[in-house]
Amino acid sequence: MAVRLEKTDVVIVGLGAVGGVAALPLTTAGLKVTALEAGTWLSRADFAPDELRNNVRGWPRSAQKANKEIPVHRPNASAPDSPRQSVHPMMNAVGGTSLHYWGLSFRLNPWDFKVAGETRRRYGASRIPKGSTVEDWPFDLAELEPYYDHAEYALGISGQAGNIRGKIDARGNIFEGPRQRAYPMPPLKGTGFTDLMASAARRLEWHPFPGSAAVNSEPYENRAACVYHGFCSRGGCHVGAKSSTAVSTIPKAQATGRLNVVTEAHVTEISVNGDSAVNGVTYLKDGEFHFQPAAVVLLATYTYENVRTLLLSKSKAYPNGLSNNHGQVGRHYLSHNTGAGVLALFPSSLNTWYGLPAQGIAVDNWADDNFDHAELDFIGGGNLWVYTERHPIAAAKMNTFGRAPRWGSRWKAFIKESADRWTGSYLQKTTLPYEDNYLDLHPTVRDPLGFPVCRITADFKDNEKRAASFIQDKMVQWFMEAGAVETVRQSIGTMGPTTHAYGGTRMGDDADTNVVDRWGFSHEAPNLGILGASVMGTSGAHNPTLTAQALAWRTAAHLIENWRTISS
Amino acid sequence: MTAGNETPRHNVSRRELLKRVILGAATVVPASFVTGATSAQESFETLTSAEAATLEAIVARLIPTDENGPGATEARAAYYIDRALGDALAPSRKAYTAGLAAVDALARRTKNATFARLAPQEQDDILQEMESGHAAGFTPNSSKFFEFVRTHTLEGTFCDPHYGGNAGFIGWDLIGYPGIRIAVTADHQRLGQSPRPLHRSAYDFERFVKEVLRRGR
Repeated sequence: MAVRLEKTDVVIVGLGAVGGVAALPLTTAGLKVTALEAGTWLSRADFAPDELRNNVRGWPRSAQKANKEIPVHRPNASAPDSPRQSVHPMMNAVGGTSLHYWGLSFRLNPWDFKVAGETRRRYGASRIPKGSTVEDWPFDLAELEPYYDHAEYALGISGQAGNIRGKIDARGNIFEGPRQRAYPMPPLKGTGFTDLMASAARRLEWHPFPGSAAVNSEPYENRAACVYHGFCSRGGCHVGAKSSTAVSTIPKAQATGRLNVVTEAHVTEISVNGDSAVNGVTYLKDGEFHFQPAAVVLLATYTYENVRTLLLSKSKAYPNGLSNNHGQVGRHYLSHNTGAGVLALFPSSLNTWYGLPAQGIAVDNWADDNFDHAELDFIGGGNLWVYTERHPIAAAKMNTFGRAPRWGSRWKAFIKESADRWTGSYLQKTTLPYEDNYLDLHPTVRDPLGFPVCRITADFKDNEKRAASFIQDKMVQWFMEAGAVETVRQSIGTMGPTTHAYGGTRMGDDADTNVVDRWGFSHEAPNLGILGASVMGTSGAHNPTLTAQALAWRTAAHLIENWRTISS
Repeated sequence: MTAGNETPRHNVSRRELLKRVILGAATVVPASFVTGATSAQESFETLTSAEAATLEAIVARLIPTDENGPGATEARAAYYIDRALGDALAPSRKAYTAGLAAVDALARRTKNATFARLAPQEQDDILQEMESGHAAGFTPNSSKFFEFVRTHTLEGTFCDPHYGGNAGFIGWDLIGYPGIRIAVTADHQRLGQSPRPLHRSAYDFERFVKEVLRRGR
C-alpha cells in the first residue's frame, strides 16, 4: 500500500530544466506545487574541475536513476539493438541537466515553426522528404516570443540581440526573429581563437555572432559572473554563474513558500480517476511507495522518460498507456543531427584550454531556410558553432589528421606540438520526424524495478545526410579561411540516446497526430500537461533547452489563466 | 600538492628517479628510462605481478620515454590502470586478465619470451599486430584490447593526479596544458599567450568534495 499524501494543486514530475521553470510562474500565481525529483540537491562543492570524473566516466554516475534506464537504440525495426551506452546523456538532480549542460540558449528561428508550410509555399509539396510526418507548429515564433523573454530574464541569459522589434543589429544574429528587448546581459567575452574565426567568417561575407548562453557574463541577481575556468561541459558551476534552474527559477519559486521539493523520488506511474482525468502520481522513496494526489500533473522528465512514463501508466481508460488512445505516444521522434562535425588542424596554438563551450562564434547563414534551396536536394540546414574549452585527456586523444601514428614516439612528438592546435565544431542540422523513427518500450531490457526501458528506433534519412554534408562543406570552408592546414569530416553517427531528443509527445491541434494540444495539455487527459522537447515537432538548427523552457512557461501561464477549467 | 602517490610503499630509488625526471628539463632524460629499465617491483593493488610487468611494458611503448621527455612509465599510467581496475574500471578486470595473458602468449609463441622481456622493436611489432586486429588469441579481437589499453593509458597519463596517474604532471606538461585554474583572465585566452603552468589537482582546492551525491536537504 502506498502512503497517501495530502492533495496538492500541481505535481511536477522532474524538477529539471523545464519543470524548474514552470514552478516559478505557478507558485508566483499562488498555486501549491509539489515537485518530485529523482536526484538530490547538489552544491558548488560538488562541481570539481575533474575531466576524468565529469567527461570520461560520465559524472554523476552513482545513484543516478537515469543510468539504470538508459534507452536502447536500433536503427530500424528489423535491425538488432545497437551496443547500449554506459552512461545516460542526462542527469538527475534538482536542476537536472541544466546543471552540467553547455548552456547554449538560442531561440529558434521563425522558419522552424513553419517548416512544412514554408517548404510547400517556396519550393512545392514534393520537397517535403518522403516518409516525413513533419507538421507546422500550431503557432508561430511571435506567439512564443513573450515566453522566451520571460525565461531569458528569469534564468539569466547572456547574448547579443540581432533583431529588436524588427531593427536588425549586425552584431547579433541577423536571421533571428524579432525580440521585444535585448538580452538581460551582454554576450560572454571573446578570445583570440573566437576573434580569429569571426574575422574569417566576415571575410566570407557571412554574419558571425556570439552565442547566447545560460551563463552570466556579468553579475546577475546576486550570482557571480563566469570565470571561464574550462570545466563547464558536463560540469556544474563552482561560482554559480551557470543559470541552471537550480540557482535561478527554483530558488525564486521556493521563496514563495509554495514549492515543495521532494528529492530521490522515483516516479513509477501517473494514475487516472476512472474517467479520462489524471488524479496523482505514485513514486518510490526510501523503499516505500507514496501516492501524491494532485489536481493537475505536469510531466517534465525528459523526452525518453516522458514517453516511458506515459506508456507504463496503463489503466482502463488508457489501456495502451496514458494519453495514448490515438497511438501517438512515442511517434514523431527525432534526435538532433549533431554528428558529422568537422575537425581542423591549425599551424599554431589556439590557446583554447580555458573558456567554455558556450563561449564561441556562431554562423546562421546556412541554417534553416536562410539560403535558397531551389537547386539543392534537401531542405533545412545547420548552425555552425566553434567554441573554447579543451581538457587534457581529450586533447591527447586528438585525431592525428593522417600525420602521425596513434602511439609511440612519433605520436608523442605530434601531440606535444599539436594538442592545442586543433579544434572541433558543433554543427546542429535540421532533423525531421519520420513515420518509422519512434520510441516505444523495449520488449526485454528492464530497469531494476522490472519496468521496460525506452527503445529508440531511428536512423538518419537522406535529407539529414545531405544537409550534414552541405554543412560540413561550409565548416571546412570557414576553417580554411581562418588558416587551418587540415580538416577531417566526422561521421554522422547513429540516432542513439542524446541530449537533443525531440518528439514522442508532439504538440499540435490535431489529436490524431499529436499527443498534446497547442498549450501543452493532453488531447485525452485534460489535466495532464507535458513539458520538454518531447512536445516539439521540429528541431531547428539550435539547442532545444531555451525553447523547451519558453514552452514550459507558456503551458504554466495557460494553466494559471484556466485553472478552474483544467483543475476541475 | 598531491602528485597522486597514494600508495605508501614506494621504494626510495624509484622515487628518487622520478624526482630527477621531474626536476630535469624535459630534454634531459636519464639513460635508465630510455632503455626502459624500470621495474614492476612496487606492489600493485589489483593486477598480479606478471600482469603488471606486461602492462608496464605495454604502456612504456605506447607513450615512450624518449627525446621528448618522460612518458607513461613515469606518469605511472600502469598504476592508474591497476587502481582503476579495482574501482571505476572494475567491469574491465576480466578483459585485462584475458588480454594481458593473450599478449604474453603471443609473445612466447612468436618471439619465445614474455612481452616484458622483448626488445622495444619486438614489442612494437606485437602492438602493431594487435592494433590491426589480426593478432591471434584475443576475444573478441586484438584491436579491441589494444584500444582498451591505449584509452586507459591516455587516461593514466593525462588525468588529474588524484587518480594516481599523470605523476609529477608529466602528461600535462608534455602537451602544454597550463593546469587547473579557479578563474581565468582574458589574457589567459589570447593567441600567442602561454599561461604559466600550474601543478595542482582539482582536489588540492579545498572547496571541492571528492564524493558526489549526498542526501537531499
